[in-house]
Amino acid sequence: MSTFVQPAATAQGVAVYGAVAEFASPESLLAAIRGARERGYTRLDAFTPFPVHGIDEALGARRSPLGWIVLGAGLAGTAAALLLIWWTGAVDYPLVVAGKPLFAFEFSIPVTFELAVLFAAFGAVVGMFAFNGLPRLYHPVFQHSRFERATDDKFLLAIEADAGGFDAAGAAEFLRGLGGEHVEVIAE
Amino acid sequence: MADIAISQELNPALVLGEPNYADVTRKVSGIVEGRMPRAWYVAIACTGSLTLMLGAMLAYLAFTGIGVWGNNSPVGWAWDITNFVFWIGIGHAGTLISAILFLFRQRWRTSINRFAEAMTLFAVACAGIFPLFHTGRPWRAIYWLFPVPNPALHIWQNFRSPLIWDVFAVSTYATVSALFWYTGLVPDLATLRDRAKTRGRKIVFGLLSLGWRGSARHWKHYELAYLLLAGISTPLVLSVHTIVSFDFAVSVIPGWHTTIFPPYFVAGAIFSGFAMVVTLMVIARQVFDLKQFVTMKHLENMCKVMMATSMIVGFAYATEFFIAWYSGNRYERFVFLNRAFGPYWWAYWTMVSCNVFIPQLFWLKRVRTSIPAMFVISILINVGMWFERFVIIVTSLHRDFLPSSWGYFRPTAVDILTLTGSFGLFLTLFLLFVRFLPMISMAEVKGMLAADAAHPEERP
Repeated sequence: MSTFVQPAATAQGVAVYGAVAEFASPESLLAAIRGARERGYTRLDAFTPFPVHGIDEALGARRSPLGWIVLGAGLAGTAAALLLIWWTGAVDYPLVVAGKPLFAFEFSIPVTFELAVLFAAFGAVVGMFAFNGLPRLYHPVFQHSRFERATDDKFLLAIEADAGGFDAAGAAEFLRGLGGEHVEVIAE
Repeated sequence: MADIAISQELNPALVLGEPNYADVTRKVSGIVEGRMPRAWYVAIACTGSLTLMLGAMLAYLAFTGIGVWGNNSPVGWAWDITNFVFWIGIGHAGTLISAILFLFRQRWRTSINRFAEAMTLFAVACAGIFPLFHTGRPWRAIYWLFPVPNPALHIWQNFRSPLIWDVFAVSTYATVSALFWYTGLVPDLATLRDRAKTRGRKIVFGLLSLGWRGSARHWKHYELAYLLLAGISTPLVLSVHTIVSFDFAVSVIPGWHTTIFPPYFVAGAIFSGFAMVVTLMVIARQVFDLKQFVTMKHLENMCKVMMATSMIVGFAYATEFFIAWYSGNRYERFVFLNRAFGPYWWAYWTMVSCNVFIPQLFWLKRVRTSIPAMFVISILINVGMWFERFVIIVTSLHRDFLPSSWGYFRPTAVDILTLTGSFGLFLTLFLLFVRFLPMISMAEVKGMLAADAAHPEERP
């Protein structure tokens, strides 16, 4: 079986995204990732219907820094709440109600907690999508003829083109050697 | 062999029939891609009519004034706040299942979390209506509820009041629940996008899934985001009903001014929320044939949670009486005797029967594995939990410090129709959810199947 190469990918001057192959199970995907890394490929990505356990270690991915974003957002929420309660109650419109102080930490706790949580949740969700480069409605890998299986029951592995002299045909051949099926070279 | 048999007896499988990944996709996506059963159309015709009635009642109130409700001095809060606390409580099961059970690695949550989270959102939407319309002028309420600069009065909220804490708690809860729910939905929306046959569905699910492609990098950030959301939602869900209870506990009304309220309200909220999940899940699992994913083990676990929270609530009822006697405070004592034996005795004993006595039937395995029994009990629990809020609010107010102003609250027709209409809104939103979005998290179920395949010895 010969590699399917998209017509656009062979045209002169069109950049190649990479070679993409399909694997049947998480285990065969992980084995293929390890094989590709041993061979020296570094720009790898996998497309899977659910988070595959152990894939980050296999890809050598670093831990997500999202926690720091969430911490920062939570602290910003805390500060915003305290500032809001202090400024509205004790500065802009000081009004004594029931003989209570104009500002105190005690009665500020509920609103401060809620705004900290609110900001942190936005930090987690917005930060996650930003790290992932989403929303991005188009990506070259969508051109793979069986991409729809990657959100269903199959596992795709991409060897992405790097800066200089990427041998797409060689990468495709290598993926087939690892047991990949439906190997395709995809244009950028 | 014997070991395996015992292990299955103690820990039955969470997904039956050993489906592969494609089976999960086909089964769950098939529901939203296929035609709905006839019962769905009948149901939405009924609930849609009730929703229209809710709209009519609220319009009537906005044009006439809140005198169309039965609350009047001394009972200034009545069905409106009862309904508000009732609906907020229903919402708590969703976040408990999606966040707290996630942190505790309770894998049985996987099949039911999406469903329960959707329920949370719709319940909070119903809850929000009541205080909003209780203001009488909902179009002005933004200036009263949120710190929005008020061009007419140049005045701000009083942050010393628990009522403003409540606004922040409930609106944060609604927002964070929506974010959590949507984040969980994105990978499944991508599945629907890739399965879409028509151009319209491709565009809609393409936009909603934000271009999700299940990349290893995506999942890395996604899994951490989900864990962090669970971590911050856990104290959030406990805080929401705590702060709702402050609306009462921070006041000086006998019957409200007690420190037991926060844990007692949170337990009651989880109790009623699980009851609502069971009521709706029993129907959905039957109509859409989801018995493979929502097994008897799931239902039995939910019955156990209801039984545990029922006893917490019952213990709280008893503690309130003990403290009323032990405090030596005659006003406190009067309020509690009046609750159980005064003019609202029927409401009090309905509450105790439905919330404390009837759920004790779940001690029997035959009852907690019987679908008709759990369906009926779950509905009775929600009746009881509605009465709990009614009892707390109305019986504490109707005989206040001044005997000359004592009264007896009676709901008006508008009260009754508005509550009925809010059920219509809740169920309509729910029916639209099961029609258009996958009600079981496909990505999570597949992840669980993969974990079972990789570690068969740990398989529950």
